[in-house]
Amino acid sequence: MITVPTSGPGRRALRRQTRRAALACLVALALSAGVAVAALASGRYATPLPELWPALTGGGSPGLRFVLFELRLPRIGTALVVGAALGAAGALFQSASRNPLGSPDIVGFTVGAATGALVVLLVLRDDRLTPAVGAVLGGAAVAGAALLLGGTGQRLILVGIGLSALLTSVNAYLLTRAEVTDAQNAAVWLVGSLNGSGHHLPLLLGALAVLLPPAVLVARGLRLVENGGDKALSLGVPVRRQRLTATALAVALTAVGVAGAGPVGFVALAAPHLARRLTRVAAPLVTTSAALGAALLLAADQLAQRLVPGQQLPVGAVTGVLGGGYLALVLAWTWRGRSW
Amino acid sequence: MSVATPTGLRRPRLLAAGLLACALALLASIVASLVVGALPLTPGTVLRELVAQGDSEASLVVWEVRLPRTAIAICVGAALALAGVLMQALTRNPLADPGLLGVNAGAAAAVVVGILAGVTGQRGHLMLALLGAGVAAGLVTVVGGTRGPGTAEDGRLVLAGAAVGACLTGVVAGVTLLNQTAFDRYRFWAVGSLADQPLSALLTAAPALLAGLAVTVAVIRPLDVLRFGDDSGAALGVSPGHTRALALAATTLLCGGATAVAGPIGFLGLAVPHAARAICGPRLGWVVAYSSLLGPILLVTADVLGRLLARPGEIEVAIVMGAIGAPVFIALVRARRIPRP
Repeated sequence: MITVPTSGPGRRALRRQTRRAALACLVALALSAGVAVAALASGRYATPLPELWPALTGGGSPGLRFVLFELRLPRIGTALVVGAALGAAGALFQSASRNPLGSPDIVGFTVGAATGALVVLLVLRDDRLTPAVGAVLGGAAVAGAALLLGGTGQRLILVGIGLSALLTSVNAYLLTRAEVTDAQNAAVWLVGSLNGSGHHLPLLLGALAVLLPPAVLVARGLRLVENGGDKALSLGVPVRRQRLTATALAVALTAVGVAGAGPVGFVALAAPHLARRLTRVAAPLVTTSAALGAALLLAADQLAQRLVPGQQLPVGAVTGVLGGGYLALVLAWTWRGRSW
Repeated sequence: MSVATPTGLRRPRLLAAGLLACALALLASIVASLVVGALPLTPGTVLRELVAQGDSEASLVVWEVRLPRTAIAICVGAALALAGVLMQALTRNPLADPGLLGVNAGAAAAVVVGILAGVTGQRGHLMLALLGAGVAAGLVTVVGGTRGPGTAEDGRLVLAGAAVGACLTGVVAGVTLLNQTAFDRYRFWAVGSLADQPLSALLTAAPALLAGLAVTVAVIRPLDVLRFGDDSGAALGVSPGHTRALALAATTLLCGGATAVAGPIGFLGLAVPHAARAICGPRLGWVVAYSSLLGPILLVTADVLGRLLARPGEIEVAIVMGAIGAPVFIALVRARRIPRP
């Protein structure tokens, strides 16, 4: 176990960090709750707020209860769980790779997951297998290859970009070999979507509950190592093993996200960035990132449902556009030396 | 103006002989491209049909299918290779590549939005691809910046390209998933194929490609001078700003034109300049000359390979290129010291 500095400025700084992190967490949770209430109340079957509470507690019309319990709540729940898993995974990944851009997307997990799902949907065409299984296997394989070939730091990211470029063309190839309807269904899966989700919510929630506590602990250890630098190493803290554990947990959390909604991009990258902005702590914080990831994905899904009237965009298209734009802005600011 | 460089020691005569060898290799790959396919032909048959066009099946295959395809491969290969040379020289980043820098995604987004808006016809798609490529190239340059400390060292532009590319890919995903017609056209465009493209597609793109080539030739000298830094360039009367703007314009014309004809083909623009520099050293004039031959050799060979590997069908050339190019890219990234352009 790592010892926390017991006196002096180190401890005070740490306590201040913790306080800010807790505050940011509360802000993110409030945000999620607000969006969730808005999502519950709106939709094609609009529900005035005063009718919401009675319906949720067992009153109201059966029709309204059906809409709330069968349609809206499962979708909102899945969005929150998937967003939290991706946010936490991103924070862990950035800690472990010591790179603010290390994320499951950038190292090729997302594209690999897409390839895995496509192989299940278009090549194997086996009903016993769900695309989620293929996606998790494919994503983990690519992330593993990127880690193996790239090590840590900038090189990992560049190797990931190379692998992504290769698999993108493989995915395009698989899509041309299928019927257009099959291909378009598969393409929706590739982008990441919450349409028709919610069947596996208890399973996803369970996985998140199992993975999140160790993730928080490992990240905390890593953060202390970063702060203490070589001292921690000389004290015999198993830094390497901790990084490995963190990466494995990050991959597992990403897998939860992918299983729930497909390879939704950029939540894992953006949530820790926002968390750092809010807390002004150098290393990304897992809990805050998870809370922000949940809020982000839920908001993006609401946006995706409303952006084009009469049609449902997959949420991944929205997070891709917003996340890519956000990343471009962050990069531009950082490279121009502004604080952000 | 002659600048003394270590490679100035390499004999021009030797390098010229190397160019001749490359030309011969290109000729061999062209012959292979005309001979290999679903209907195998002998070189003798092909030659006979080329000299005197008959009305046999072989004649149809040679004149209507394989000649246009080979011509397109040569032009696209040269254009992408030169675009890669310019981009790497411009950004002084050894990993710069039109595909990695978001230019393809820009062209794709523009074309897809065009399909949705009802733009049809080759000319319309070409204009859109050029526009999209230009906007994406500009965005990536603005985000990544081509000056300042660290520009060349840390793959900054590749990251900027990944960010801008992801954003534009999101647009493409949104549009194609809302509109099945757009999706169906896009999925075939996105694999970067040389098959089924008529010669008229190349002719439509020709003005853009030729203009890009002309600007490239004009910008070789000033860019070569800037290799030694902006200050020495300015001292020698070269304006870094103008030179970069011209080089960027040429890159956009070449990439946009090539992408409009053959769809997005990655990695070629990355790998060819490296191979060229390995042969002839960093002098830009020679790199351009070698790349303009090596690019077509690589693309024509990859296309032939795609036909051989999946007989009697074929694998699209961009996929073959990805399978060759991704390992090269990863090896470059892993190499501790990457030779600077």
